[in-house]
Amino acid sequence: MMTEGSEVILSVRDLTAEVDGTPILKGMSLEIKAGEIHAIMGPNGSGKSTFSKVLAGHPAYEVTGGEVIFQGQNLLEMEPEERARSGVFLAFQYPLEIPGVSNLDFLRVAYNSRRKHQGLEELDAFDFDELIQEKLDVVKMDSAFLSRSVNEGFSGGEKKRNEILQMAILEPKLAILDETDSGLDIDALKIVANGVNQLANPENAMLVITHYQRLLNYIIPDRVHVMANGRIITSGTKELALELEARGYDWLLEAETAEVAV
Amino acid sequence: MTTQVSPKREVGYLSELLQQRPSLDVQAIGAETVAWLQEIRDRSTPIVRELAIPTTRDEEWRFTDLSSLLKVNFAAAKPTSPLPDISSLVLPEAAASRLVFVNGFYAPELSSVAGIPEGVFAGNLWANEIPRWRDYLAKLPGGQEVFSALNTASLTDAAVVWIPKNRSLEVPIHLLFVSTAGELPTVSQPRCLVVAESGSAVTVIEEYAVCPHPQPLSHRRGGQEYAAYLTNAVTEIWVGENAQVTHARMQREGEEAFHVGKTAIAQARHSRYTCCAVSLGAKVSRHNLEIFQTGEGTETILNALTKIAGEQLADTHSTIALNHPYGTARQVHKCIVGDRAHAVFNGKILVPKPAQLTDAGQLSRTLLLSPKARVDTKPQLEITADNVKCAHGATVSQLETDEIFYLQSRGLDADSARNLLINAFATEIVDRIPIASLRQTISQIVRSNPIS
Repeated sequence: MMTEGSEVILSVRDLTAEVDGTPILKGMSLEIKAGEIHAIMGPNGSGKSTFSKVLAGHPAYEVTGGEVIFQGQNLLEMEPEERARSGVFLAFQYPLEIPGVSNLDFLRVAYNSRRKHQGLEELDAFDFDELIQEKLDVVKMDSAFLSRSVNEGFSGGEKKRNEILQMAILEPKLAILDETDSGLDIDALKIVANGVNQLANPENAMLVITHYQRLLNYIIPDRVHVMANGRIITSGTKELALELEARGYDWLLEAETAEVAV
Repeated sequence: MTTQVSPKREVGYLSELLQQRPSLDVQAIGAETVAWLQEIRDRSTPIVRELAIPTTRDEEWRFTDLSSLLKVNFAAAKPTSPLPDISSLVLPEAAASRLVFVNGFYAPELSSVAGIPEGVFAGNLWANEIPRWRDYLAKLPGGQEVFSALNTASLTDAAVVWIPKNRSLEVPIHLLFVSTAGELPTVSQPRCLVVAESGSAVTVIEEYAVCPHPQPLSHRRGGQEYAAYLTNAVTEIWVGENAQVTHARMQREGEEAFHVGKTAIAQARHSRYTCCAVSLGAKVSRHNLEIFQTGEGTETILNALTKIAGEQLADTHSTIALNHPYGTARQVHKCIVGDRAHAVFNGKILVPKPAQLTDAGQLSRTLLLSPKARVDTKPQLEITADNVKCAHGATVSQLETDEIFYLQSRGLDADSARNLLINAFATEIVDRIPIASLRQTISQIVRSNPIS
């Protein structure tokens, strides 16, 4: 929901980044305010996933220019865990499996590191259990998942739901969903989208990165951006996503190339 | 095997070690026992005289260099007075079923056998029970191996556990071998004998640990608190028909220690032996684990965790020698290696013709925490039976950047993320330690010992 005068959650200006010396982001700019849901679409290799990882602080990506301000703080100077504790959350495209660590313990450790950062008392196992039961409903997950190792042996849909469960626990200010819809059947997609919608509120912001318009039938974006060649080439309302679905990306890419050529 | 000319040092060194064996005191031990021990010693002494300390030219010691051992001149450990404080090593579950040996000497003052029920025996060798022990002590195969032979040729006392027929012992028995490393390098040669008669069940915790010397050292030089010491241990376990032995072996020797340990197990028909071996300490350690199947339908479960750092070397050589049908063996060996440490694993499983319908599986998994850390792992399945199921696998991995990043992105700092992953790797084995308090202690050591 876009409202005039809302707090700016994320402000990205002329961001450039590379991996192993290859430039991937080439002047990315974006502003997201509290209460807004933005979607970034774009063809494969346009830099969408890189952008999400740079925001979360993945060490493999080197920022070579520009700035990222998150709630008034210079995000690029912060360690990945500081970003997380300050309220940045990345739902991974491919969540990792951690055999030997129970999902419940993992969620509690994550939750308590956020609490500690906020100057709040850490929750013990008992109190945390109560909290988690309530959050399980958001993604319609069975509590049996809690005693299993993190993502180990989970189906694709279960892994994505587990990401949203983590998001529900951590209550981020900025949630970045990196292709959360990829590989999901329609039922799992609805559950995930429904979870995200329950968590969106006027205080936080969502950045939904997707290759397909389908997800945006369920998570309605306020703004849609199209990325190509490491930057946003056009932005619009949710209707832009429908147009992309109908016409593909080529017309935009051609226009972009023509523009560069001029 | 190759024949080789041993350099003088390896030969001379071994005979020096043999000379350090304690004399058998008739007054303390009793004439009958002394005669019997002397007989056992006399069988092994000639074997020792023909052998030498192995070098890396010996196939079985290819990766484990003992040359640093040869630089230390060990003297026999002496009875310690006053006795050390072992309170931190006491297991509440075995508070009244504990035998303590200090520097190889039985310490009844630190032991407690009040919880051992009648009919079960837990004590040292000098009790007058020789007739029934005669058939078991130093009777398992493999006694010709150099360190085992040295231990037997030096045999003075032993921790003995005897579970009678069809008796299931609820309390675990804790066999605690404490070294109080002092100013001078010393050698001790602990020995255990466990006999579980048919249909019985018992849990035994065999532990090697270091305790601060009760008297402060007068000359501490260069920040080195303790002198080196050598533990050369042999444990024999007889698992009777349909009996169950659950065995935890904890090696938590001091930083300057050399530890050589043999665990030899005879498994009778339909018996079950479960081992959880944890190696954390010692500068150089070697564990020889040997299972001899003496009847069909045995079940053998071997779990092991080695966690080393610094310049430590930890070697495990295991052999499961099957010789009857319907045996099952499950082995998981895990190593966590940091800094410039070096882990060695050689896992032999012998499945000869008579061992048809064997079902054996072996998995060796290593986590290397530093670019200089090293592991040499070798599964060695020798199968001539034609109707068996045998599988093995070995993995060597590192902590992945993406794994650490995933945890960081959930608010854990990089060190906590690493520790969590290391702990997760160890959990599979730690969870199988049969005693809750020990499980907790080991879990804490694994967790609180970050290796960079």
